[in-house]
Amino acid sequence: MKLLNQPILEIKDLHAGVEGKKILQGVNLVIRPGEVHAIMGPNGSGKSTLAAILAGREGYDVTAGEVLYEGKDLLELDPEIRAREGVFLAFQYPVEIPGVNSTYFLKAALNEVRKHRGLTELDAVEFLALVKEKMKILALREDFLKRPVNEGFSGGEKKRNEIFQMAVLEPKLAVLDETDSGLDIDALRIVAEGVNKLKHADNAQLVITHYQRLLDYIIPDFVHVLADGRIARTGDRKLALELEEKGYDWLLKHELASA
Amino acid sequence: MIETITDQKVAAGEKADQYVAEFERQKRTDTKSPSWLAPLRRAAFTSFSEFGFPTLQDEDWRFTNVAPILKLPFRPVSTHSRDGLTLETLNQFPFTGLRGSRLIFVNGHFSPELSVIQPQPKGVVIASLAAELMNGHGALEQHLARHARTAGNAFTALNTAFFHDGAFIYVPAGMTVESPVHLLFVSTATETGATAHPRNLIVAERGSALTLLESYVRVTDAATFTNTVTEFVLGENAHVEHCKFQDESTDAYHIAALHMQLGRSANFISHSIATGAKLSRNNITTILDGEGIECVLNGLYLTRGDQLADHHMVVEHVQPRCNSHEYFNGILDGRSKGVFHGRILVRPDAQKTDAKQTNKNLLLSDDATADTKPQLEIYADDVKCTHGATIGQLNEQSIFYLRARGIGLEKARRMLIHAFAGEIIDRIRCEPLREEMDKLVWERLEQSEVVAVGH
Repeated sequence: MKLLNQPILEIKDLHAGVEGKKILQGVNLVIRPGEVHAIMGPNGSGKSTLAAILAGREGYDVTAGEVLYEGKDLLELDPEIRAREGVFLAFQYPVEIPGVNSTYFLKAALNEVRKHRGLTELDAVEFLALVKEKMKILALREDFLKRPVNEGFSGGEKKRNEIFQMAVLEPKLAVLDETDSGLDIDALRIVAEGVNKLKHADNAQLVITHYQRLLDYIIPDFVHVLADGRIARTGDRKLALELEEKGYDWLLKHELASA
Repeated sequence: MIETITDQKVAAGEKADQYVAEFERQKRTDTKSPSWLAPLRRAAFTSFSEFGFPTLQDEDWRFTNVAPILKLPFRPVSTHSRDGLTLETLNQFPFTGLRGSRLIFVNGHFSPELSVIQPQPKGVVIASLAAELMNGHGALEQHLARHARTAGNAFTALNTAFFHDGAFIYVPAGMTVESPVHLLFVSTATETGATAHPRNLIVAERGSALTLLESYVRVTDAATFTNTVTEFVLGENAHVEHCKFQDESTDAYHIAALHMQLGRSANFISHSIATGAKLSRNNITTILDGEGIECVLNGLYLTRGDQLADHHMVVEHVQPRCNSHEYFNGILDGRSKGVFHGRILVRPDAQKTDAKQTNKNLLLSDDATADTKPQLEIYADDVKCTHGATIGQLNEQSIFYLRARGIGLEKARRMLIHAFAGEIIDRIRCEPLREEMDKLVWERLEQSEVVAVGH
């Protein structure tokens, strides 16, 4: 059963931490199809924790609240089921996997996703045709596919590879965890353009970043500022610009004064 | 530990008479061997009698207890028999589909009726060692039992004293043996302690090229003992690829010596893939006795249950500007144990040596263990020697990354284990061999039930 304009993601009063340390303390967020949300915040505010919990990384304790993905309890699903359901995390630090060929890996991943969605698996020829198309979006060279996953890739190549995987797997909800970190301006532009090309009316993007710079290229509909484990303020992209100008301290003091 | 050593002495003592009686019997019955061989055998037997079997007190055998081998009755299989082995059965063994010459040995004895020897250019010899000893090939007296050391090495000494047969391969200068040569050793014995002493000599003269596969397989699950010795002699600029596949019964014992004598600018690569035997030990010694040699020793051991796989290596750099690289990966499940010992010895004249050694162990269960011991002994001052060893479990970050892309936990684990094995298998240059080995190892890993994950 699918409701009209049902949110893709609903985070309700989420509290979570690691080894007894509280990190998220009541996060609320609703993301609907077609929307791009940005979460900004100073280091240690809980941005990456939120990304990790959405993707299902082990080691985090959710102590209160819930996360609904297309109306279903996301937190009870294994990471691979979330991925097959259409949740995609672009890693802040993509993992190098020596010995696992990129083509083999991505074909296995895509076919798991397709099986889950009731589609037929692609054979080698069909897969190759598909990826060649998607590689153009990220301006990737073809030898890329012959290399082991992320092994020996530069920082920029790793980030482009994340977005390339996103292009192939076509998620409903893409969570981009500091995809801009460590990128030079050209790489940033390629990555951002790739993300923009993948945006359409049925999917949504959650862009996590420390800096406003990325938001010059990926235009968010909403900007949320995460501070001390809570969303301290929500606005449009002007909020990001204001933050860039005045710094996080300005906002935090401001919030404190009004509290 | 003390108890074990006492046991061992008793076993050796009780058995000493058996060895002597067998040696005397062999001397009487062996009328066909050339005269130069008898003193070599006698010297080896004397050396064996003097030193006896190694104990855990021996630094080179600290992690591998051979006492169970001594407890077996000593039953050398002295007669050649096909033992009912058919081509059909043979063809079920790995690598029998490879194009090329195939020499079949049943319990250490050459079986001409099961073997296929392709026509070769003049001078190339691919034959049974016993037959060539009778024919009196000149290279035999020069090289056989002249390289692999018997002093302080009981098993090589025992082999030298008792071997009946094996393969003799001779590639004259400038010649290339086009297809890989496969030596297939099959254990068919059902008796506990049935012992085979295969002996192989491979001589690749100046500028020649050869690919050789040695595989050790079985049709029974008996507690047999294979004690094999393979000697390689490579002339100047000879190119040899060697692959040893050991897949004996998990109740069997397998001791192998592999000795390489390498000449100037020779290019040698050897792969040791060990999946079988209750206890296996590979003693690999390499003498880089010429300038500009390239030598790669590459290995993979997959163990489960209570198997033990031991690779013991000595790489000796005698001359300048040689490169030697050792790569050994172990995948250990159950209560099994992997042992790696790599000694790099750089003699004073061996300047500009580049020696590298890596041993990586993946533990798939909490009860599996790995012992790894690198050892560098360097007497030259302008050299590059590195070693590294790891013992660990699957990387949790990698598993999460794969799962986050939709790949299930079990499949993610298997992909990573396969990749770990692939690091070694990918070094096999002979393509059909590499492909079959990859498939085989993949199948073995698929059978593995418990796949643990680290934190």
